[in-house]
Amino acid sequence: MDVVVGQLLAGLSVGSVLLLAAVGMSLTFGQMGIINMAHGEFIMIGAYTVYMVQQFVSVAALSYVIAIPCAFLLAAAVGVLLEQGVLQFMYRRPLDTLLVTFGVSLILQQAARDIFGAPAVAINIPEFLSGHVSLLGAAIPVSRILIIVLAMVLVLLVSWLLKATQVGRRMRAVTVNRELAEVSGIPTRRTDRLTFALGSGLAGIAGVAITLIGSTTPTLGSNYIVYAFLVVVAGGLSSIWGAVIAAVALGIVQSAIAFGTTQSIATWVSFLLVVLFLQWRPQGIFSLKTRSLA
Amino acid sequence: MHDHTSSRRRTLLPFMTAVAALGLVVSGCGSQVSTASGGSASASVKSCVDTSGSKIKIGFINSLSGTMAISEKTVRDSLDMAADEINKSGGVLGKQLDVQAADGASDPNTFAQKADQLIRQNCVAAVFGGWTSASRKAMKPVFEKDNSLLYYPVQYEGMESSPNIYYTGAAPNQQIVPALDWMKSKGFKKLFLVGSDYVFPRTANKIIQAYAKANGMTVVDEQYVPLGGTDFTTIVNKLKDSGADAVFNTLNGDSNVAFFRQFASMGFNSTTMPTISVSIAEQEIPGVGLDNLKGQYTAWDYYQTLDTEQNKKFVSDFKARYGQDRVTSDPMEAAYVSLYLWKAAVEKANSFDVDKVKANSDGISFDAPEGKVTVDGENHHVYKTPRIGQVNSAGLIDTIWQTPSPLKPDPYLKDYDWAKGLS
Amino acid sequence: MKKTMSAVIARRDRRVAGPGRSSWILFAALAMVLALAPMVLNQFNIGLLAKFLCYSMVAIGLGLLWGRGGVLSLGQGVFFGLGGYIMAMHMQLADASANGGSGVPEFMSLYGNGHVPGWWLPFRSGVVTLIAIPVVPMLVAWALGAAVFKRRVKGAYFSILSQALVAAFALLLIGAQTSTGGSNGLSDFTGFFGYVLNDPVNQRSLYYLVLIVVLVMLLATGLLMYSRFGEVLLAVRDTEERVRFLGYDPASIKTAAFVYAALLASIGGALFVPVAGIISPSDIGVTPSIIFLLGVALGGRSTFLGPVLGSLIVSIAQNSLSSAFPSFWSYLEGALFIVVIALLPGGVATLVPSIRRWRRRVSGAPGARGGSRASQTDAVPEASAGELVSR
Repeated sequence: MDVVVGQLLAGLSVGSVLLLAAVGMSLTFGQMGIINMAHGEFIMIGAYTVYMVQQFVSVAALSYVIAIPCAFLLAAAVGVLLEQGVLQFMYRRPLDTLLVTFGVSLILQQAARDIFGAPAVAINIPEFLSGHVSLLGAAIPVSRILIIVLAMVLVLLVSWLLKATQVGRRMRAVTVNRELAEVSGIPTRRTDRLTFALGSGLAGIAGVAITLIGSTTPTLGSNYIVYAFLVVVAGGLSSIWGAVIAAVALGIVQSAIAFGTTQSIATWVSFLLVVLFLQWRPQGIFSLKTRSLA
Repeated sequence: MHDHTSSRRRTLLPFMTAVAALGLVVSGCGSQVSTASGGSASASVKSCVDTSGSKIKIGFINSLSGTMAISEKTVRDSLDMAADEINKSGGVLGKQLDVQAADGASDPNTFAQKADQLIRQNCVAAVFGGWTSASRKAMKPVFEKDNSLLYYPVQYEGMESSPNIYYTGAAPNQQIVPALDWMKSKGFKKLFLVGSDYVFPRTANKIIQAYAKANGMTVVDEQYVPLGGTDFTTIVNKLKDSGADAVFNTLNGDSNVAFFRQFASMGFNSTTMPTISVSIAEQEIPGVGLDNLKGQYTAWDYYQTLDTEQNKKFVSDFKARYGQDRVTSDPMEAAYVSLYLWKAAVEKANSFDVDKVKANSDGISFDAPEGKVTVDGENHHVYKTPRIGQVNSAGLIDTIWQTPSPLKPDPYLKDYDWAKGLS
Repeated sequence: MKKTMSAVIARRDRRVAGPGRSSWILFAALAMVLALAPMVLNQFNIGLLAKFLCYSMVAIGLGLLWGRGGVLSLGQGVFFGLGGYIMAMHMQLADASANGGSGVPEFMSLYGNGHVPGWWLPFRSGVVTLIAIPVVPMLVAWALGAAVFKRRVKGAYFSILSQALVAAFALLLIGAQTSTGGSNGLSDFTGFFGYVLNDPVNQRSLYYLVLIVVLVMLLATGLLMYSRFGEVLLAVRDTEERVRFLGYDPASIKTAAFVYAALLASIGGALFVPVAGIISPSDIGVTPSIIFLLGVALGGRSTFLGPVLGSLIVSIAQNSLSSAFPSFWSYLEGALFIVVIALLPGGVATLVPSIRRWRRRVSGAPGARGGSRASQTDAVPEASAGELVSR
């Protein structure tokens, strides 16, 4: 029994990491249709923010508290730069944004390598996060619980933002029908910029959280990028709750396969399962009905 | 319009035929596998090494970009230092070393191509570098075909001995087997194996399985993650339920961070679950986190803390050159040594000729930072002293156990009965 | 919308024309240079050029699929790998049984149990291998393409699916070490269909074999581009719905282009193995699959010769710059992606007409301003379709 609970918890915590990596992308890709291959590097920026903050703040717990807003702002700033510099000219060429942002990711990775060096940098983890708690007879690390909580908070925040605020309503309006939104007087350009900044910033926060579980290296983001895309696509574009279900399901399936076999097999089997799932249901778990033909 | 098209076709056709014909003419007389000349093709390779001037070219090939740059850049640093030292002290046979540098880009195929380029294009007398098994396996046929020399500085899984490669890192009997002997002497009976999914861990684990079977130990589980993987929740859960006494860790690079984080947060430490790692050296410790590693064990042949005259000089020279915060590690030392071993062999042969250097390599020795190393002319590995280390609170590794004298290299584990059938 | 539709119609009479005259002159020049290259180059560089030509085969297929069909596949590594591994398996088995060998490749006894797995056995036969190299990847591409395109999965979805597939494929190859060589891949070949690889004469012949294949592929692709199929493919890229309303099935057309690109990638992979002497999972992962696209975009994705030229340029630049300045090369590669895709969606090929226009303007002739600016839809690059040369 506790094995089952343990594996479910493991799946949940793996899923929440995937969700964290994907939540920003559900805005930029899901809402805007921009395929940002540099999303992983925004996560990496967030992770290095923790390192930079820790150069000045020696108390680990405090440094994390400070790092979260810093990471958000820094990643958002780089995101705005990217959006303003290149992407805004390419909204009608979504596929091309994929390759442009891949170029950006190469540059950001190399920049990180030149600035911080190729080896992983040392990050201090707050003392209270390094233990574990028992839940229904199974143990789960405190840091993982924090990640699950953080992922849920961000998801709730984003869905509240989209549902209940004017900015969010504009974002959705632009997603559903850009021309109509424009005609109704919504500043679509500003909305785009805001959405992209928000999505990038969320990636930065994800980066902060990911330093708790893995190493902080220039290639940190590229480990998550394929997963993040799959989660967003499998969840159904423009549905953040679809992404939640997809991430948790992927996490649980992967942990279950890993339990029966090895982590290595679990990784490629889960990729293939998502590919098969999308063959069966290409619109993802939830789909948005629009009148547009595209 | 139609006219236009067909005329174009007409002009094109003879052209294609010409290309095809040219190809056929040239290809008419190549040698076939079945003919006798096939086997001796490599013997006819002429070296283009220029020994006339005051300089002699050598090649360094390491990954300066891609995922392996983390580790390989440090090897390049110590190679550069060795080359400068040799040049300052008069060079090799009176010739200054002219280093041709290449980037392997963490990609086996690039390693093969660049190695070929160093040998045939840059005409180097010998090449130093490589790290992953994949890079070595990719370069091996190139060096054999071109009849050149590669000095490979990293501990590896063994089961190989090329006439054109000198292996200055540990063979399995100088690292993995001593680590197992030590674990046995400590009374560990149940081992949990965790490794990255590539050739070294899988082959190492095969050796461990065979050893365990013959020595009354059991392997309770054998787990792999993809290279760079960071998800260890399930693996550590399994470890918890496995009843293992100790972990044998062959994880590579970044995955160690995620593993030890998860390991520590599930309440494990060096007393509750001793872990012996064969791929964590001094330079990886800060990234993995000293808190997670303190008190854990490693198996190598060299540590920065070794108390020899040569090592003190090596460490202080390295720090003076690259910065006080830098550390030295086993592969770096093995690379540094490799250049001196080549120098000694060349000087003994009094020639840069590959065959003469090979003929004079047997028994060449060098007072290395790790102690005396000697080349075994038969299998091209070196005699080295295996050492078990423990991570101390300064982030360095203290030697806690070592063999009394350098051990003869045995890449195929021929001298071990339990290893029959492994190769 | 209106504009692209008229472009489709306008193109109809160009169909007969095919690539323009200067296109063919350039083609002949390229073929001539490549055919004579071995006279000038040393043996090492011949091998290198042959390797680059193998990469360019993937690029030719992508030119049709992506440039003409608008289908962005990030998974060509799968097909390059299939072709490569099938060829490598055959060569390993042939080497192992040559000269009275055991018939078991060395790595299998090192990493596995010393037995050749059943699914390797068919590739002992050279004939089966030569059949499998085109057939297996085409079947895989068809199965994937048919299912995906029929369900009208498009654009980004397909790209991401193909990327996940190539990631899974590389991990699978690494994980199945006992039968695939794992991360080491397959290497150390001595013979190629009975010929000794390490023989200067044979290496030269191999180069010509690769060159002839590339030229044939170019011709076939050029003809396809301007055939009825090519026309419809272009129309599908620009306005898929309208093509459907006209009674065509866009799914089968896209699938056909995907299968064709898979075929070329597979042949490229198969020839890559004897040329490079190794195939490993790092040749076919997520990143190499994307890098294939850089050359295509640089040269002009929808042009006749752009993909080949672009791919050769990128390979040569990478080879000469990455060792000397590894860090600089990463920046340059990234910058190339950004500059080419964002500013030059038609590749350098579009520069040719704009330079001409600019010169005309400079020399005082009345030139249309604004015409030089690339329009802003995915359909644009096509504006340069036959233009590399046809003007």
